[in-house]
Amino acid sequence: MNINFSLLKELVGIYGPASNEKTIREYITKEIKDYVDEIEIDSLGNLIARKKGNGKKIMISAHMDQIGLMVIDIDEKGFLRFTNVGGISPFISISQKVVFENGTVGIIYHEPVDDISKLKLSNMYIDIGAFSKEEAEKKVSIGDICIYKTEFEENENVVFTSYLDDRVGCFIAIEAIKKINNPINDLYFVFSTQEEVGLRGAKTAAYKIDPDIGIALDVTAHGDTPKAKRFAVGLNKGAAIKVKDNSIICHPKIRELLVNIAKENEIPYQMEVLEFGGTDSGAIHVTKEGVPSGVISIPTRYVHSTVEMASKNDIINCLKLLIKFLESEINI
Amino acid sequence: METKVFLELLSNSKGVSGYEYPLQDTIISAFSKYLDNVSVDKLGNVIGFKKGTYKDNNVKIMIAAHMDEIGLMVKDIEDNGFIRFTNIGGIDPRTILGQEVIVHGVEDLFGVIGSKPPHLQEPSEHNKAIKMEDMIIDTGYPKEKVEELVNIGDPITIRRNVKNLLGNRIAGKALDDRAGVAALYECMKELNKIQHEADIYFVTTVQEEVSMAGALVSSYKINPDIGIAVDVGFGATPELPISTTIELGKGPAITLGGNIHPNLRKKLVDIAKEYNIPSQVEVTPGPTGTDARAMQITRDGIPSLLLSIPLRYMHTSVELLDVEDVRNTGKLLAFFVASISNDNLEGLLCY
Amino acid sequence: MLLKELTEASGVSGNEKEVRDLIISEIKDYVDSYKIDRLGNIIAYKKGKDIGKKIMITAHMDEVGLMIKDIDKDGFLKFMTVGGIDKRILVSKPVLVGKDKLPGVIGAKPIHLQKPDERTRALNIDELYIDIGARSKEEAERYVSIGDYVIFDSEYVEFGEGLVKAKALDNRVGCSLLIKLIKEIKDLSFYAVFTVMEEVGLVGAGPAAYEVDPDYAIILEGTLCYDMPKLDTHLIPTYLNKGPAISLIDRTTIYNKDFRNKIVEIAKKNNIPYQFRKTSMGGNDSGKIHTTREGSITATISVPCRYIHSPASVMSKKDYDSTFALLKEILYQFEREEI
Repeated sequence: MNINFSLLKELVGIYGPASNEKTIREYITKEIKDYVDEIEIDSLGNLIARKKGNGKKIMISAHMDQIGLMVIDIDEKGFLRFTNVGGISPFISISQKVVFENGTVGIIYHEPVDDISKLKLSNMYIDIGAFSKEEAEKKVSIGDICIYKTEFEENENVVFTSYLDDRVGCFIAIEAIKKINNPINDLYFVFSTQEEVGLRGAKTAAYKIDPDIGIALDVTAHGDTPKAKRFAVGLNKGAAIKVKDNSIICHPKIRELLVNIAKENEIPYQMEVLEFGGTDSGAIHVTKEGVPSGVISIPTRYVHSTVEMASKNDIINCLKLLIKFLESEINI
Repeated sequence: METKVFLELLSNSKGVSGYEYPLQDTIISAFSKYLDNVSVDKLGNVIGFKKGTYKDNNVKIMIAAHMDEIGLMVKDIEDNGFIRFTNIGGIDPRTILGQEVIVHGVEDLFGVIGSKPPHLQEPSEHNKAIKMEDMIIDTGYPKEKVEELVNIGDPITIRRNVKNLLGNRIAGKALDDRAGVAALYECMKELNKIQHEADIYFVTTVQEEVSMAGALVSSYKINPDIGIAVDVGFGATPELPISTTIELGKGPAITLGGNIHPNLRKKLVDIAKEYNIPSQVEVTPGPTGTDARAMQITRDGIPSLLLSIPLRYMHTSVELLDVEDVRNTGKLLAFFVASISNDNLEGLLCY
Repeated sequence: MLLKELTEASGVSGNEKEVRDLIISEIKDYVDSYKIDRLGNIIAYKKGKDIGKKIMITAHMDEVGLMIKDIDKDGFLKFMTVGGIDKRILVSKPVLVGKDKLPGVIGAKPIHLQKPDERTRALNIDELYIDIGARSKEEAERYVSIGDYVIFDSEYVEFGEGLVKAKALDNRVGCSLLIKLIKEIKDLSFYAVFTVMEEVGLVGAGPAAYEVDPDYAIILEGTLCYDMPKLDTHLIPTYLNKGPAISLIDRTTIYNKDFRNKIVEIAKKNNIPYQFRKTSMGGNDSGKIHTTREGSITATISVPCRYIHSPASVMSKKDYDSTFALLKEILYQFEREEI
């Protein structure tokens, strides 16, 4: 399969923390609008793109929001204090660069602490190089959200960058939109918002769409690095088909379908039993009268850090599996 | 079928949250005898329907008991064939050490749960509980054979058949909440002998132990006027304070608190008194953590009730109850739903 | 005075009847319709100019409190907490038990009889009980039943420079503001919703929002205030006397930026003081409202309250007035279709 990773490189660099997804939404809209029949944006900012077909109504959800840091205070000297938007670790944040929507760049550092293991976000600050409150306020307001500044790296095996979570899911969804020509199923691709703070966008989107089947595309953790917690998912071992996480026990029939399609098409796959976390399918499956749902996960190391790493082969295999699934006649 | 026999059948059957389908046939065939229609919805809830005597626009009452049970799941296979596992639902790791299990793979596999023998542990470890991540399941097969028969993600249950104890008391696994399902069964039998105006939906729900997904979607679909959950409550044992428990043999506990509609609850208590059915009180100020919670917040809100069958040693494989409490729960349900009519409903729901 | 009546009424989560009846008697002549839904929420509608968007303004009626779980053989009442109460504030407080507001006290072991290490340990709920003066279980049972709700016995007092002390300012202050809006706003259609059981998990708000299906919702609250001297400014959630607190983010909602900015702009233009709620702790009905059905746009505006969830919470009348002024201007902007 021909696949161009330059779009992924673009996607991970575009601003879009949870609740502030306008820029990334506009970018994706531009990218897909010629390939879909309808586009809609709902009150939570979800981008809903439909490719019409006669079969089952399928909602494919990849979240476009990112974890970030919201400014809650600007002190007299121009230092910014912040709270987390989604799962931000104090330790990973130390000395990272951040960037605001208007391009303002800052760095994260912390007050002197005796015991670094007790470091909390409330002891940390963002320094944007302003010399006074007034100067800082010209560039940043309370309530503004910044994200980690992205540096994209790749080699023949892997990509590593911040925000694979979940721009790699968006990437796979966009590629599927472009590659599926005559859908037999009725496809609703949702680029969802606010997943990182509790699957909020997927909840309202699923209510609106009321699909027959739900599929989420998201990153999952790894168990293949030195002394990693036992977890049977690793890089370059294929698309991960989710069995469970903390938000869902995937519908056994959807899971079986994905496994059978992978086998028939010789797409490498691995089974994922995740003991924590959650993703959009968790919200989708309890919508209205219930939606049989599954998840195709992209095995990813170091999730929620600035150096998330995924295998190019896995990404391609996830895409293949998704396309084959969407192009199959589904009876459940 | 005698209700006790049905309960024994249910308890011995397997149906970990998300994998309840092995129970479907048993429940459908038992329910069908007493109901007008039994179907299965998109997430696997079994929904039985019994038409009321009133002609149309009948009051709709939904009675739910969850059929899923807590269990284990394969998360990895070691090089020597040992299975590593995780829990589905709340399990105290101390209660599973040394248990016999069934791994539900391509075929059912017998196994035992083991860990490092005490002889090889440091003395300081002896007082510490062993973590689930340090336990393994030994199926006696080498890796190649295990991989042939078992997939990551397969559910696992404790191997346990019901033990008949003194009197009406039994012990077994998954009585939480198969006892509730048996109470529904008892209720429908009773309803066959009396008239009821309301349409009754008997729902055995899926995934209560992990997310209440089953109750959420089935109550959305049915959109009842009244939702009643039947679950189990903490039975009194010597180590528990009296004020947080209910007693075996003294009938179902009728829950009181924010999750429960106050007037309907009063009616339920009155019915128990009227028909001389023993009952007790259970107090939960906020959401109950049962299907009643899911029902209450569905759509524009559903007035809910909760009946709890006293049960000792909850979430172990030796859950213990008195079958008489199950029968009384079923009877109380039947008399209660028969007392609801199109005429009195509005008055009852009024604040 | 309305706020006095509201704060002194009993309305522990799940038992809001007294507050609900009081609110209905206040608003019924000023709304075009109202109903009590199946969970006990009040959903009132006021008809005015229709701007083609549904606006819902909400305040929760319930308060934190206690509930009787057992009566012991000597007639002492064992209880559990309803909603988030710090167990350390319970000792040595008078309370009112049940519908008839039977007086009782939560006592404590005399300090003389305590061992030194006991004095520094917080007492657990299990070690506390309510004494109504009963001489036996039988006597207590004549007045009290298991499941009875208990409120703090705390009267409304005005003190200091324009301050108010009362129980349940969270969230009778929101109820009071909403009642005042219903009485004074005449030209705009909106739904006024008084919800139940916010304090035990945002129970009422979801079903109410499902029923109303709003485009915009404004949640009125009494919120955390901790304006201690010498604290870093980012650790102060809100200040007393600095005006309404506009929420940025909490556990349940990231507030819509455009709506929030509009509200700030309105405050600035009208010289109404305002502040941001600088903590992401806590949550409120907005969490359920903005994700119900196809979703809606929400904002939370709060009156800062010190010592929240205690028998003696404190707010400033100045903040109350400026919060009301801001709300009125926001609705005026809606009416002129400038939002």
